Amino acid sequence: MRPNLRVLSILSALLILVPLVVPSWVVFILTKALFTFIAVLGVALFLRGGQVTFGHALFFATGTYTVGFSVKWFGFRETLLLVPMGALTGLIMAAFVGLIMARYRGVFFAMLNLAFSMILYAILLKLYWVTGGTDGISVGTATFLGFPLPAGTYPFYYFTLVIAGLITYVVYRFLASPLGYFFRAIADNEIRIEYSGESVRRVIYLTYILAGGLGGVSGVLGAFSVGHVVPEDAYWVQSAHFVFIALLGGFEGILGSLMGAVAFEFIQTYSSKYFPYAWQLTLGGIMLFIILFRPGGLWAIYESLASRFSSKTEGSTHG
Amino acid sequence: MVETHPILQTEDLTKHFGMIKAAETISVGVNQGELVGIVGANGSGKTTFLNLITGYLKPKRGRILLMGRDTTGLPPRAIIRLGVARSFQVPQLYTHMSVLEGVLLSLAAESGSGGSFWQPLFKESRRAEALETLKRFGLSGYTHRPVSELPEGGRKLLDIALSFALKPKLLLMDEPTSGVSIEDKFEVMDTLVKVLQESNVTTIFVEHDMEVVQRYGRRVLVFDEGRVIADGEPDHVLADPEVRKIVLGRV
Repeated sequence: MRPNLRVLSILSALLILVPLVVPSWVVFILTKALFTFIAVLGVALFLRGGQVTFGHALFFATGTYTVGFSVKWFGFRETLLLVPMGALTGLIMAAFVGLIMARYRGVFFAMLNLAFSMILYAILLKLYWVTGGTDGISVGTATFLGFPLPAGTYPFYYFTLVIAGLITYVVYRFLASPLGYFFRAIADNEIRIEYSGESVRRVIYLTYILAGGLGGVSGVLGAFSVGHVVPEDAYWVQSAHFVFIALLGGFEGILGSLMGAVAFEFIQTYSSKYFPYAWQLTLGGIMLFIILFRPGGLWAIYESLASRFSSKTEGSTHG
Repeated sequence: MVETHPILQTEDLTKHFGMIKAAETISVGVNQGELVGIVGANGSGKTTFLNLITGYLKPKRGRILLMGRDTTGLPPRAIIRLGVARSFQVPQLYTHMSVLEGVLLSLAAESGSGGSFWQPLFKESRRAEALETLKRFGLSGYTHRPVSELPEGGRKLLDIALSFALKPKLLLMDEPTSGVSIEDKFEVMDTLVKVLQESNVTTIFVEHDMEVVQRYGRRVLVFDEGRVIADGEPDHVLADPEVRKIVLGRV
Protein backbone atom coordinates (compact mmCIF):
# COMPACT_ATOMS: atom_id res chain seq x y z
CA MET A 1 0.00 0.00 0.00
CA ARG A 2 1.65 3.20 -1.19
CA PRO A 3 0.65 6.52 0.30
CA ASN A 4 -1.07 8.68 -2.25
CA LEU A 5 1.37 11.57 -2.13
CA ARG A 6 -0.73 13.81 -4.32
CA VAL A 7 -3.79 13.52 -2.08
CA LEU A 8 -1.62 13.80 1.02
CA SER A 9 -0.07 17.06 -0.15
CA ILE A 10 -3.37 18.54 -1.34
CA LEU A 11 -5.12 17.68 1.92
CA SER A 12 -2.20 18.87 4.03
CA ALA A 13 -2.07 22.18 2.18
CA LEU A 14 -5.82 22.64 2.58
CA LEU A 15 -5.76 21.77 6.27
CA ILE A 16 -2.85 24.13 6.91
CA LEU A 17 -4.09 27.08 4.85
CA VAL A 18 -7.89 26.99 4.85
CA PRO A 19 -8.31 27.73 8.58
CA LEU A 20 -6.50 31.04 8.05
CA VAL A 21 -9.23 32.37 5.75
CA VAL A 22 -12.42 30.90 7.17
CA PRO A 23 -14.58 31.99 10.15
CA SER A 24 -13.66 30.61 13.55
CA TRP A 25 -16.61 28.23 13.73
CA VAL A 26 -15.20 26.43 10.71
CA VAL A 27 -11.89 26.09 12.55
CA PHE A 28 -13.78 24.44 15.37
CA ILE A 29 -15.50 22.06 12.96
CA LEU A 30 -12.21 21.16 11.32
CA THR A 31 -10.68 20.46 14.74
CA LYS A 32 -13.57 18.16 15.46
CA ALA A 33 -13.08 16.44 12.11
CA LEU A 34 -9.40 15.89 12.87
CA PHE A 35 -9.81 14.26 16.25
CA THR A 36 -12.72 12.19 14.96
CA PHE A 37 -10.55 11.10 12.04
CA ILE A 38 -8.02 9.62 14.49
CA ALA A 39 -10.68 7.39 16.11
CA VAL A 40 -12.17 6.49 12.72
CA LEU A 41 -8.76 5.23 11.56
CA GLY A 42 -9.11 2.48 14.16
CA VAL A 43 -12.53 1.49 12.85
CA ALA A 44 -11.24 1.62 9.26
CA LEU A 45 -8.37 -0.73 10.21
CA PHE A 46 -10.91 -3.32 11.33
CA LEU A 47 -12.98 -2.86 8.19
CA ARG A 48 -9.93 -3.63 6.05
CA GLY A 49 -9.76 -7.01 7.78
CA GLY A 50 -13.47 -7.53 7.16
CA GLN A 51 -14.45 -6.74 10.76
CA VAL A 52 -16.81 -4.06 11.96
CA THR A 53 -17.05 -2.70 15.50
CA PHE A 54 -20.08 -0.98 16.99
CA GLY A 55 -18.22 -0.18 20.18
CA HIS A 56 -15.20 1.89 19.30
CA ALA A 57 -16.48 4.71 21.50
CA LEU A 58 -15.19 2.54 24.36
CA PHE A 59 -11.69 3.78 23.56
CA PHE A 60 -12.75 7.29 22.69
CA ALA A 61 -14.38 7.57 26.12
CA THR A 62 -11.30 6.04 27.73
CA GLY A 63 -9.40 8.98 26.27
CA THR A 64 -11.93 11.64 27.23
CA TYR A 65 -12.18 10.38 30.81
CA THR A 66 -8.39 10.17 31.05
CA VAL A 67 -8.55 13.94 30.65
CA GLY A 68 -11.62 14.18 32.89
CA PHE A 69 -9.96 12.43 35.84
CA SER A 70 -6.65 14.15 35.27
CA VAL A 71 -8.37 17.52 35.55
CA LYS A 72 -10.71 16.50 38.36
CA TRP A 73 -8.11 14.89 40.59
CA PHE A 74 -4.88 16.67 39.70
CA GLY A 75 -5.94 19.82 37.90
CA PHE A 76 -3.55 18.65 35.18
CA ARG A 77 -4.26 19.81 31.61
CA GLU A 78 -0.94 19.50 29.82
CA THR A 79 -1.70 18.20 26.32
CA LEU A 80 1.88 17.22 25.60
CA LEU A 81 1.62 14.59 28.34
CA LEU A 82 -2.07 13.84 28.17
CA VAL A 83 -2.02 12.86 24.50
CA PRO A 84 0.52 10.05 25.10
CA MET A 85 -1.35 9.26 28.29
CA GLY A 86 -4.60 8.87 26.33
CA ALA A 87 -2.80 6.59 23.87
CA LEU A 88 -1.57 4.54 26.81
CA THR A 89 -4.93 4.22 28.58
CA GLY A 90 -6.53 3.32 25.24
CA LEU A 91 -3.84 0.69 24.66
CA ILE A 92 -4.28 -0.75 28.14
CA MET A 93 -8.06 -0.89 27.82
CA ALA A 94 -7.66 -2.61 24.42
CA ALA A 95 -5.05 -4.99 25.82
CA PHE A 96 -7.65 -6.26 28.32
CA VAL A 97 -10.75 -6.23 26.13
CA GLY A 98 -8.71 -7.58 23.21
CA LEU A 99 -7.97 -10.79 25.10
CA ILE A 100 -11.61 -11.71 24.60
CA MET A 101 -12.15 -9.92 21.30
CA ALA A 102 -9.31 -11.68 19.48
CA ARG A 103 -11.38 -14.87 19.57
CA TYR A 104 -14.30 -13.43 17.62
CA ARG A 105 -15.10 -12.28 14.11
CA GLY A 106 -18.03 -10.91 12.23
CA VAL A 107 -21.26 -10.26 14.06
CA PHE A 108 -19.87 -11.44 17.42
CA PHE A 109 -16.91 -9.11 17.11
CA ALA A 110 -19.26 -6.23 16.27
CA MET A 111 -21.73 -6.89 19.08
CA LEU A 112 -19.20 -7.75 21.79
CA ASN A 113 -17.49 -4.45 21.16
CA LEU A 114 -20.86 -2.80 21.52
CA ALA A 115 -21.44 -4.67 24.76
CA PHE A 116 -18.16 -3.52 26.28
CA SER A 117 -18.75 0.08 25.28
CA MET A 118 -22.24 0.02 26.80
CA ILE A 119 -20.86 -1.44 30.02
CA LEU A 120 -18.45 1.48 30.23
CA TYR A 121 -21.32 3.85 29.42
CA ALA A 122 -23.38 2.45 32.29
CA ILE A 123 -20.45 2.67 34.69
CA LEU A 124 -19.76 6.28 33.75
CA LEU A 125 -23.44 7.04 34.20
CA LYS A 126 -23.96 5.31 37.53
CA LEU A 127 -20.75 6.09 39.42
CA TYR A 128 -21.72 9.73 39.60
CA TRP A 129 -19.65 10.48 42.71
CA VAL A 130 -16.54 9.64 40.67
CA THR A 131 -17.62 10.49 37.12
CA GLY A 132 -20.22 13.17 37.72
CA GLY A 133 -22.89 10.93 36.14
CA THR A 134 -24.88 12.55 33.36
CA ASP A 135 -23.33 15.93 34.20
CA GLY A 136 -19.93 14.61 33.26
CA ILE A 137 -16.76 16.51 34.08
CA SER A 138 -15.87 19.94 32.86
CA VAL A 139 -12.23 19.95 31.74
CA GLY A 140 -11.67 23.60 30.92
CA THR A 141 -8.85 24.80 28.73
CA ALA A 142 -5.89 22.66 27.74
CA THR A 143 -2.33 23.83 28.20
CA PHE A 144 0.69 23.38 25.99
CA LEU A 145 3.97 23.58 27.93
CA GLY A 146 2.03 25.60 30.48
CA PHE A 147 0.55 28.06 27.98
CA PRO A 148 -3.23 27.97 27.53
CA LEU A 149 -4.47 26.28 24.37
CA PRO A 150 -8.14 27.31 24.10
CA ALA A 151 -10.45 25.14 21.98
CA GLY A 152 -11.53 26.59 18.65
CA THR A 153 -8.37 28.70 18.28
CA TYR A 154 -5.55 28.35 15.79
CA PRO A 155 -3.03 26.97 18.31
CA PHE A 156 -5.37 24.19 19.37
CA TYR A 157 -6.27 23.45 15.77
CA TYR A 158 -2.66 23.22 14.63
CA PHE A 159 -1.72 21.14 17.63
CA THR A 160 -4.50 18.69 16.67
CA LEU A 161 -3.34 18.78 13.05
CA VAL A 162 0.23 17.84 14.05
CA ILE A 163 -1.01 14.94 16.18
CA ALA A 164 -3.27 13.78 13.33
CA GLY A 165 -0.26 13.95 11.00
CA LEU A 166 1.85 11.80 13.33
CA ILE A 167 -0.96 9.29 13.74
CA THR A 168 -1.43 9.09 9.97
CA TYR A 169 2.25 8.21 9.65
CA VAL A 170 2.03 5.52 12.34
CA VAL A 171 -1.02 3.95 10.71
CA TYR A 172 0.62 4.10 7.31
CA ARG A 173 3.65 2.23 8.69
CA PHE A 174 1.33 -0.32 10.24
CA LEU A 175 -0.56 -0.91 6.99
CA ALA A 176 2.71 -1.32 5.08
CA SER A 177 4.06 -3.83 7.62
CA PRO A 178 3.64 -7.61 7.55
CA LEU A 179 1.27 -7.30 10.52
CA GLY A 180 -0.93 -4.83 8.60
CA TYR A 181 -1.05 -7.15 5.61
CA PHE A 182 -1.80 -10.15 7.79
CA PHE A 183 -4.73 -8.30 9.34
CA ARG A 184 -6.06 -7.54 5.87
CA ALA A 185 -5.59 -11.22 5.03
CA ILE A 186 -8.02 -12.17 7.78
CA ALA A 187 -10.85 -11.16 5.48
CA ASP A 188 -9.24 -13.34 2.85
CA ASN A 189 -7.93 -16.61 4.22
CA GLU A 190 -7.33 -17.45 7.86
CA ILE A 191 -6.26 -21.00 7.03
CA ARG A 192 -3.34 -19.75 5.00
CA ILE A 193 -2.28 -17.40 7.81
CA GLU A 194 -2.28 -20.20 10.37
CA TYR A 195 -0.45 -22.51 7.96
CA SER A 196 2.21 -19.84 7.55
CA GLY A 197 2.98 -20.29 11.23
CA GLU A 198 1.38 -16.95 12.10
CA SER A 199 -1.34 -16.68 14.73
CA VAL A 200 -4.60 -15.12 13.57
CA ARG A 201 -5.45 -14.32 17.16
CA ARG A 202 -2.19 -12.53 17.71
CA VAL A 203 -2.70 -10.51 14.52
CA ILE A 204 -6.18 -9.45 15.67
CA TYR A 205 -4.98 -8.73 19.20
CA LEU A 206 -2.10 -6.47 18.13
CA THR A 207 -4.29 -4.60 15.66
CA TYR A 208 -6.95 -4.23 18.32
CA ILE A 209 -4.43 -2.67 20.70
CA LEU A 210 -3.31 -0.20 18.06
CA ALA A 211 -6.91 0.77 17.32
CA GLY A 212 -7.53 1.21 21.06
CA GLY A 213 -4.57 3.58 21.30
CA LEU A 214 -5.94 5.64 18.41
CA GLY A 215 -9.30 5.89 20.18
CA GLY A 216 -7.56 7.11 23.33
CA VAL A 217 -5.64 9.86 21.53
CA SER A 218 -8.82 10.94 19.78
CA GLY A 219 -10.60 11.11 23.14
CA VAL A 220 -7.99 13.37 24.72
CA LEU A 221 -8.20 15.86 21.86
CA GLY A 222 -11.99 15.55 21.82
CA ALA A 223 -12.28 16.26 25.54
CA PHE A 224 -10.31 19.49 25.31
CA SER A 225 -11.96 20.48 22.07
CA VAL A 226 -15.45 20.26 23.58
CA GLY A 227 -14.33 21.25 27.09
CA HIS A 228 -16.54 18.68 28.68
CA VAL A 229 -16.62 14.88 29.02
CA VAL A 230 -19.90 12.98 29.35
CA PRO A 231 -20.98 9.31 29.43
CA GLU A 232 -22.32 9.78 25.86
CA ASP A 233 -18.68 9.64 24.75
CA ALA A 234 -19.00 5.87 25.26
CA TYR A 235 -22.55 5.60 23.91
CA TRP A 236 -23.37 3.46 20.88
CA VAL A 237 -24.37 6.52 18.85
CA GLN A 238 -20.79 7.74 19.05
CA SER A 239 -19.55 4.33 17.87
CA ALA A 240 -22.08 4.35 15.04
CA HIS A 241 -20.80 7.76 13.94
CA PHE A 242 -17.29 6.32 13.67
CA VAL A 243 -18.56 3.46 11.50
CA PHE A 244 -20.63 5.88 9.42
CA ILE A 245 -17.59 8.07 8.76
CA ALA A 246 -15.35 5.10 7.94
CA LEU A 247 -17.87 3.95 5.33
CA LEU A 248 -18.55 7.46 4.06
CA GLY A 249 -14.83 8.10 3.54
CA GLY A 250 -14.00 4.60 2.38
CA PHE A 251 -11.50 2.44 4.19
CA GLU A 252 -9.18 1.44 1.35
CA GLY A 253 -7.01 4.52 1.76
CA ILE A 254 -6.01 6.10 5.07
CA LEU A 255 -6.97 9.52 3.77
CA GLY A 256 -10.49 8.33 2.98
CA SER A 257 -11.17 8.44 6.71
CA LEU A 258 -10.01 12.05 6.78
CA MET A 259 -12.24 12.97 3.86
CA GLY A 260 -15.10 11.17 5.58
CA ALA A 261 -14.54 12.96 8.90
CA VAL A 262 -14.43 16.41 7.30
CA ALA A 263 -17.48 15.67 5.16
CA PHE A 264 -19.40 14.26 8.12
CA GLU A 265 -18.85 17.32 10.30
CA PHE A 266 -20.04 19.65 7.57
CA ILE A 267 -23.02 17.47 6.67
CA GLN A 268 -24.00 17.35 10.33
CA THR A 269 -23.60 21.09 10.80
CA TYR A 270 -25.49 22.14 7.70
CA SER A 271 -28.24 19.57 7.87
CA SER A 272 -28.97 20.39 11.52
CA LYS A 273 -29.07 24.03 10.49
CA TYR A 274 -31.41 23.61 7.52
CA PHE A 275 -33.35 20.52 8.59
CA PRO A 276 -33.18 20.71 12.39
CA TYR A 277 -35.78 17.98 12.82
CA ALA A 278 -34.63 15.66 10.10
CA TRP A 279 -30.86 15.78 10.01
CA GLN A 280 -30.64 12.04 10.69
CA LEU A 281 -32.64 11.63 7.50
CA THR A 282 -29.85 13.38 5.61
CA LEU A 283 -27.26 11.09 7.15
CA GLY A 284 -29.38 8.04 6.36
CA GLY A 285 -29.90 9.17 2.78
CA ILE A 286 -26.20 9.69 2.26
CA MET A 287 -25.35 6.30 3.75
CA LEU A 288 -27.89 4.70 1.44
CA PHE A 289 -26.38 6.44 -1.56
CA ILE A 290 -22.83 5.40 -0.61
CA ILE A 291 -23.69 1.76 -0.04
CA LEU A 292 -25.84 1.46 -3.16
CA PHE A 293 -23.72 3.40 -5.60
CA ARG A 294 -20.26 4.04 -4.17
CA PRO A 295 -19.39 1.33 -1.65
CA GLY A 296 -15.76 2.51 -1.74
CA GLY A 297 -16.87 5.85 -0.25
CA LEU A 298 -15.46 9.29 -0.96
CA TRP A 299 -12.04 7.77 -1.48
CA ALA A 300 -13.33 5.69 -4.40
CA ILE A 301 -15.12 8.72 -5.82
CA TYR A 302 -11.88 10.67 -5.65
CA GLU A 303 -9.93 7.84 -7.28
CA SER A 304 -12.32 7.44 -10.19
CA LEU A 305 -12.35 11.22 -10.76
CA ALA A 306 -8.56 11.37 -10.58
CA SER A 307 -8.14 8.56 -13.07
CA ARG A 308 -10.68 10.07 -15.43
CA PHE A 309 -8.93 13.42 -15.16
CA SER A 310 -5.46 12.04 -15.75
CA SER A 311 -6.56 9.91 -18.70
CA LYS A 312 -8.12 13.01 -20.26
CA THR A 313 -5.09 15.19 -19.81
CA GLU A 314 -2.45 12.62 -20.68
CA GLY A 315 -4.48 10.71 -23.21
CA SER A 316 -3.42 7.47 -21.58
CA THR A 317 -4.59 5.18 -18.85
CA HIS A 318 -3.72 6.22 -15.35
CA GLY A 319 -0.65 4.73 -13.72
CA MET B 1 21.25 -40.40 1.15
CA VAL B 2 22.73 -41.14 4.57
CA GLU B 3 20.52 -40.10 7.46
CA THR B 4 20.68 -40.61 11.19
CA HIS B 5 17.03 -40.20 12.01
CA PRO B 6 14.22 -39.76 9.52
CA ILE B 7 12.52 -36.44 8.83
CA LEU B 8 9.18 -38.07 9.55
CA GLN B 9 8.42 -41.18 11.51
CA THR B 10 4.92 -42.29 12.45
CA GLU B 11 4.34 -45.12 14.89
CA ASP B 12 1.08 -46.97 15.07
CA LEU B 13 -0.86 -43.87 13.97
CA THR B 14 -4.60 -44.42 14.33
CA LYS B 15 -7.61 -42.18 13.79
CA HIS B 16 -11.26 -43.15 13.53
CA PHE B 17 -14.27 -41.04 12.59
CA GLY B 18 -17.05 -43.06 14.15
CA MET B 19 -17.03 -46.36 12.29
CA ILE B 20 -14.71 -45.08 9.58
CA LYS B 21 -11.07 -46.02 9.95
CA ALA B 22 -9.30 -42.98 8.52
CA ALA B 23 -5.91 -44.09 9.81
CA GLU B 24 -5.15 -47.55 11.10
CA THR B 25 -1.79 -48.35 12.71
CA ILE B 26 0.28 -46.43 10.19
CA SER B 27 4.00 -46.79 10.80
CA VAL B 28 6.14 -45.21 8.12
CA GLY B 29 9.42 -43.34 8.00
CA VAL B 30 10.47 -40.77 5.42
CA ASN B 31 14.11 -39.78 5.05
CA GLN B 32 15.75 -36.52 4.10
CA GLY B 33 15.46 -35.73 0.41
CA GLU B 34 12.81 -38.33 -0.42
CA LEU B 35 9.94 -37.66 -2.81
CA VAL B 36 7.07 -39.86 -1.71
CA GLY B 37 3.75 -40.22 -3.46
CA ILE B 38 0.63 -41.40 -1.67
CA VAL B 39 -2.14 -43.06 -3.67
CA GLY B 40 -5.43 -44.59 -2.69
CA ALA B 41 -9.11 -44.49 -3.51
CA ASN B 42 -11.35 -41.69 -2.25
CA GLY B 43 -11.76 -41.96 1.48
CA SER B 44 -8.73 -44.19 1.95
CA GLY B 45 -7.18 -41.78 4.44
CA LYS B 46 -4.64 -39.91 2.31
CA THR B 47 -5.62 -36.40 3.36
CA THR B 48 -6.25 -37.57 6.94
CA PHE B 49 -2.61 -38.67 7.03
CA LEU B 50 -1.50 -35.13 6.07
CA ASN B 51 -3.94 -33.64 8.58
CA LEU B 52 -2.52 -35.82 11.33
CA ILE B 53 1.07 -34.88 10.54
CA THR B 54 0.27 -31.13 10.53
CA GLY B 55 -1.64 -31.37 13.80
CA TYR B 56 -4.98 -30.42 12.27
CA LEU B 57 -6.32 -33.75 13.56
CA LYS B 58 -5.25 -35.45 16.78
CA PRO B 59 -4.58 -39.20 16.51
CA LYS B 60 -6.55 -41.61 18.64
CA ARG B 61 -3.40 -43.62 19.15
CA GLY B 62 0.22 -43.60 18.06
CA ARG B 63 3.03 -41.10 17.75
CA ILE B 64 4.39 -38.69 15.19
CA LEU B 65 8.09 -37.83 15.22
CA LEU B 66 9.37 -34.96 13.14
CA MET B 67 13.14 -34.79 12.89
CA GLY B 68 13.29 -37.05 15.91
CA ARG B 69 10.98 -34.87 17.94
CA ASP B 70 7.61 -36.05 19.23
CA THR B 71 5.00 -33.65 17.83
CA THR B 72 1.89 -35.68 18.63
CA GLY B 73 -0.84 -33.34 19.85
CA LEU B 74 0.95 -30.10 18.94
CA PRO B 75 -1.23 -27.49 17.18
CA PRO B 76 -0.62 -26.80 13.44
CA ARG B 77 1.16 -23.51 14.05
CA ALA B 78 3.77 -25.12 16.31
CA ILE B 79 4.36 -27.87 13.76
CA ILE B 80 4.65 -25.37 10.91
CA ARG B 81 7.29 -23.53 12.91
CA LEU B 82 9.29 -26.75 13.26
CA GLY B 83 9.69 -26.78 9.49
CA VAL B 84 6.65 -28.50 8.03
CA ALA B 85 4.55 -26.82 5.35
CA ARG B 86 1.56 -28.00 3.40
CA SER B 87 -0.35 -27.06 0.34
CA PHE B 88 -4.01 -27.78 -0.18
CA GLN B 89 -6.20 -29.61 -2.61
CA VAL B 90 -8.23 -26.44 -2.94
CA PRO B 91 -5.57 -23.68 -3.05
CA GLN B 92 -5.61 -21.48 0.05
CA LEU B 93 -4.61 -18.07 -1.25
CA TYR B 94 -4.91 -14.41 -0.31
CA THR B 95 -7.33 -13.68 -3.11
CA HIS B 96 -7.47 -9.92 -2.54
CA MET B 97 -3.73 -9.43 -2.75
CA SER B 98 -1.22 -9.53 -5.55
CA VAL B 99 0.75 -12.71 -6.21
CA LEU B 100 3.91 -11.00 -4.96
CA GLU B 101 2.31 -9.81 -1.70
CA GLY B 102 1.26 -13.36 -0.83
CA VAL B 103 4.79 -14.70 -1.22
CA LEU B 104 6.17 -11.74 0.76
CA LEU B 105 3.81 -12.61 3.62
CA SER B 106 5.07 -16.20 3.68
CA LEU B 107 8.67 -14.99 3.71
CA ALA B 108 7.87 -12.52 6.51
CA ALA B 109 6.25 -15.26 8.56
CA GLU B 110 9.24 -17.53 7.95
CA SER B 111 11.73 -14.93 9.11
CA GLY B 112 9.71 -14.44 12.30
CA SER B 113 8.78 -10.86 11.40
CA GLY B 114 5.15 -11.63 10.65
CA GLY B 115 4.12 -9.62 13.69
CA SER B 116 6.43 -6.75 12.85
CA PHE B 117 4.77 -3.39 12.93
CA TRP B 118 7.47 -0.97 11.90
CA GLN B 119 9.42 -2.62 9.07
CA PRO B 120 7.71 -2.67 5.68
CA LEU B 121 6.50 -5.87 4.05
CA PHE B 122 8.22 -4.70 0.87
CA LYS B 123 11.73 -4.85 2.31
CA GLU B 124 14.27 -4.88 -0.53
CA SER B 125 15.94 -8.17 0.41
CA ARG B 126 12.58 -9.86 0.95
CA ARG B 127 11.30 -8.55 -2.34
CA ALA B 128 14.30 -9.96 -4.19
CA GLU B 129 13.77 -13.34 -2.56
CA ALA B 130 10.06 -13.33 -3.42
CA LEU B 131 10.78 -12.51 -7.05
CA GLU B 132 13.29 -15.36 -7.17
CA THR B 133 10.70 -17.75 -5.70
CA LEU B 134 8.09 -16.70 -8.26
CA LYS B 135 10.62 -17.17 -11.03
CA ARG B 136 11.41 -20.70 -9.91
CA PHE B 137 7.72 -21.56 -9.89
CA GLY B 138 7.25 -20.04 -13.33
CA LEU B 139 4.92 -17.36 -12.00
CA SER B 140 7.02 -14.28 -12.84
CA GLY B 141 4.48 -13.17 -15.41
CA TYR B 142 1.87 -12.77 -12.69
CA THR B 143 4.01 -10.98 -10.07
CA HIS B 144 1.91 -7.85 -9.72
CA ARG B 145 -1.39 -9.33 -10.81
CA PRO B 146 -4.20 -9.97 -8.35
CA VAL B 147 -4.36 -13.60 -7.25
CA SER B 148 -7.91 -13.77 -8.61
CA GLU B 149 -6.55 -13.49 -12.17
CA LEU B 150 -4.46 -16.66 -11.96
CA PRO B 151 -5.48 -19.70 -14.02
CA GLU B 152 -6.09 -22.91 -12.07
CA GLY B 153 -2.61 -24.33 -12.69
CA GLY B 154 -1.13 -21.05 -11.51
CA ARG B 155 -3.28 -21.12 -8.37
CA LYS B 156 -1.98 -24.57 -7.55
CA LEU B 157 1.61 -23.50 -8.10
CA LEU B 158 1.15 -20.35 -6.02
CA ASP B 159 -0.41 -22.34 -3.18
CA ILE B 160 2.69 -24.55 -3.17
CA ALA B 161 4.99 -21.53 -3.59
CA LEU B 162 3.43 -19.93 -0.48
CA SER B 163 4.26 -23.10 1.46
CA PHE B 164 7.67 -23.45 -0.15
CA ALA B 165 8.55 -19.85 0.84
CA LEU B 166 8.30 -20.97 4.47
CA LYS B 167 11.53 -22.91 3.77
CA PRO B 168 10.19 -26.19 5.13
CA LYS B 169 12.26 -29.28 5.81
CA LEU B 170 9.20 -31.35 4.99
CA LEU B 171 6.64 -30.27 2.40
CA LEU B 172 3.26 -31.96 2.17
CA MET B 173 1.26 -31.44 -1.00
CA ASP B 174 -2.38 -32.46 -1.22
CA GLU B 175 -3.21 -33.36 -4.83
CA PRO B 176 -0.94 -30.85 -6.56
CA THR B 177 -2.49 -31.61 -9.96
CA SER B 178 -6.17 -31.89 -9.11
CA GLY B 179 -8.21 -29.33 -10.98
CA VAL B 180 -5.35 -28.84 -13.44
CA SER B 181 -6.12 -29.71 -17.04
CA ILE B 182 -4.59 -32.87 -18.49
CA GLU B 183 -2.38 -30.85 -20.83
CA ASP B 184 -1.00 -28.75 -17.98
CA LYS B 185 -0.66 -31.53 -15.41
CA PHE B 186 2.81 -32.70 -16.34
CA GLU B 187 4.05 -29.18 -16.83
CA VAL B 188 2.97 -28.29 -13.29
CA MET B 189 4.62 -31.42 -11.92
CA ASP B 190 7.83 -30.85 -13.93
CA THR B 191 8.12 -27.36 -12.45
CA LEU B 192 7.45 -28.59 -8.94
CA VAL B 193 9.78 -31.55 -8.98
CA LYS B 194 12.60 -29.45 -10.41
CA VAL B 195 12.24 -26.79 -7.68
CA LEU B 196 11.96 -29.37 -4.92
CA GLN B 197 14.98 -31.34 -6.10
CA GLU B 198 17.11 -28.23 -6.45
CA SER B 199 16.34 -27.22 -2.90
CA ASN B 200 16.45 -30.78 -1.56
CA VAL B 201 13.13 -30.44 0.30
CA THR B 202 11.72 -33.74 1.51
CA THR B 203 8.27 -34.01 -0.03
CA ILE B 204 5.19 -36.15 0.42
CA PHE B 205 2.42 -35.68 -2.09
CA VAL B 206 -1.04 -37.13 -2.17
CA GLU B 207 -2.18 -37.93 -5.67
CA HIS B 208 -5.12 -39.80 -7.09
CA ASP B 209 -3.55 -39.92 -10.52
CA MET B 210 -1.45 -43.10 -10.77
CA GLU B 211 0.28 -41.83 -13.88
CA VAL B 212 1.63 -38.80 -12.01
CA VAL B 213 2.86 -40.93 -9.12
CA GLN B 214 4.49 -43.41 -11.45
CA ARG B 215 6.28 -40.71 -13.32
CA TYR B 216 7.46 -38.51 -10.46
CA GLY B 217 7.49 -40.45 -7.21
CA ARG B 218 10.56 -42.42 -6.28
CA ARG B 219 8.62 -44.16 -3.60
CA VAL B 220 4.90 -44.72 -3.29
CA LEU B 221 2.66 -45.53 -0.36
CA VAL B 222 -0.68 -47.12 -1.16
CA PHE B 223 -3.52 -46.39 1.28
CA ASP B 224 -6.63 -48.45 1.75
CA GLU B 225 -9.12 -47.99 4.57
CA GLY B 226 -6.57 -46.08 6.61
CA ARG B 227 -3.82 -48.68 6.21
CA VAL B 228 -0.62 -48.59 4.22
CA ILE B 229 -0.96 -51.71 2.09
CA ALA B 230 2.09 -51.23 -0.07
CA ASP B 231 5.28 -49.22 0.13
CA GLY B 232 8.02 -49.24 -2.47
CA GLU B 233 9.19 -48.13 -5.90
CA PRO B 234 6.27 -47.02 -8.09
CA ASP B 235 7.09 -49.28 -11.01
CA HIS B 236 7.12 -52.25 -8.74
CA VAL B 237 4.18 -51.36 -6.46
CA LEU B 238 1.79 -50.07 -9.08
CA ALA B 239 2.36 -53.13 -11.29
CA ASP B 240 0.68 -55.26 -8.64
CA PRO B 241 -2.84 -56.11 -9.91
CA GLU B 242 -4.17 -56.18 -6.35
CA VAL B 243 -3.00 -52.59 -5.81
CA ARG B 244 -4.41 -51.48 -9.15
CA LYS B 245 -7.74 -52.97 -8.26
CA ILE B 246 -7.85 -51.27 -4.87
CA VAL B 247 -6.78 -47.86 -6.12
CA LEU B 248 -8.75 -47.77 -9.35
CA GLY B 249 -11.46 -50.36 -8.86
CA ARG B 250 -13.52 -48.75 -6.15
CA VAL B 251 -13.63 -45.17 -7.35
